[in-house]
Amino acid sequence: MAEYKRPSSLMPMATGYCPGCMHALATRLVADVIDELQQADNAINVVSVGCSALNLYSWKGDVIGSAHGRAPAVATGIKRCLPDRLVFTYQGDGDLAAIGLAEIMSAANRGENFTVIFANNQTYGMTGGQMAPTTLIGQKTTTTRFGRDAQTTGYPLKMCELISVLEAPVFVARYALNSVKGVQDAKKGIKKAFEMQMAGKGFTFIELLTNCPTNWGMNPLDTLEYMNTNTIPYFKPGIYKDKEAEA
Amino acid sequence: MVSINDMMCKGCGYCIKFCPKHILEMGKERSEKGHFYPVMTNKDACISCAICALMCPEGAIEVSSDKA
Ligand SMILES: Cc1ncc(C[n+]2csc(CCOP(=O)(O)OP(=O)(O)O)c2C)c(N)n1
Ligand code: SF4
Ligand code: SF4
Ligand code: SF4
Ligand SMILES: [Mg+2]
Repeated sequence: MAEYKRPSSLMPMATGYCPGCMHALATRLVADVIDELQQADNAINVVSVGCSALNLYSWKGDVIGSAHGRAPAVATGIKRCLPDRLVFTYQGDGDLAAIGLAEIMSAANRGENFTVIFANNQTYGMTGGQMAPTTLIGQKTTTTRFGRDAQTTGYPLKMCELISVLEAPVFVARYALNSVKGVQDAKKGIKKAFEMQMAGKGFTFIELLTNCPTNWGMNPLDTLEYMNTNTIPYFKPGIYKDKEAEA
Repeated sequence: MVSINDMMCKGCGYCIKFCPKHILEMGKERSEKGHFYPVMTNKDACISCAICALMCPEGAIEVSSDKA
């Protein structure tokens, strides 16, 4: 027997997301964990630019916006001034891995004591489905109409792998939200990251593989299988760094 | 008991797909918001595992221990 109650950090209304959009699922998971840790009044959600940011409309707790890609800089300032607050950024892949690449690498390298929730849907969702740095080889987008070609655009950026080679980060992990196991693991990972932050351990990074049914041109159920065959083989879920486990 | 809030549901079908007991199916009526939403076909078979709620992007499902 299990019980489930809608998390207290969410307003009692539908989100602004498209049907089946995993931004909504990711947001709900973060809110679930915040309730489990009894941090609803203490958490600060630093939103980015993109569909990622639409969660601010349903977020009951504290939210602050940031310029495109600059959420890690905003979170740095907030956490340094208010070290007792639970601070996290919620960023998309265009925001974090394209325009904000310098920002995220620098914050990670400084070991700032906040958590990054990185929703990787392999596209620029909000602006109409253009190629992101994380778009898969062969994936059709509005700017790669015949499929992404590594010859001209390089390879999909693996952010967990990149961040885990830095010295400072303490927990770096990737989860896929297209299965029950993936979602259960993601929840555990988010919880661990938040607990490490609250214990003052340092920079924690959670990548969530998500979808964009609208711009992928698929119904939500079809995205689940698409992720199994395309997304997960390239972006391998797992824990890339865990300083607690190493210690 | 499983309750599905049709004002929040967007009809994605994830709860239906992941219910281990296969007792949810898409209803034939649209909600006020215009979405089809799931209905339960066999209340007695529900094991209150809350997987439907875990997988619902909208947080439209709540599961409580009381029987209905
Ligand atoms: C400085 C600046 N450049 C470009 C844009 C246009 N823009 C808005 S959202 C976005 C991409 C968002 O993609 P992603 O971070 O993957 O978010 P998603 O919508 O997929 O969740 C871009 C390029 C902007 N708002 N500001
Ligand atoms: S456009 Fe894509 S990322 Fe944006 S809300 Fe719709 S499904 Fe989600
Ligand atoms: S609680 Fe479990 S068995 Fe009952 S409807 Fe939900 S997923 Fe199915
Ligand atoms: S998972 Fe949630 S939004 Fe999707 S059909 Fe089921 S109740 Fe509706
Ligand atoms: Mg994106």
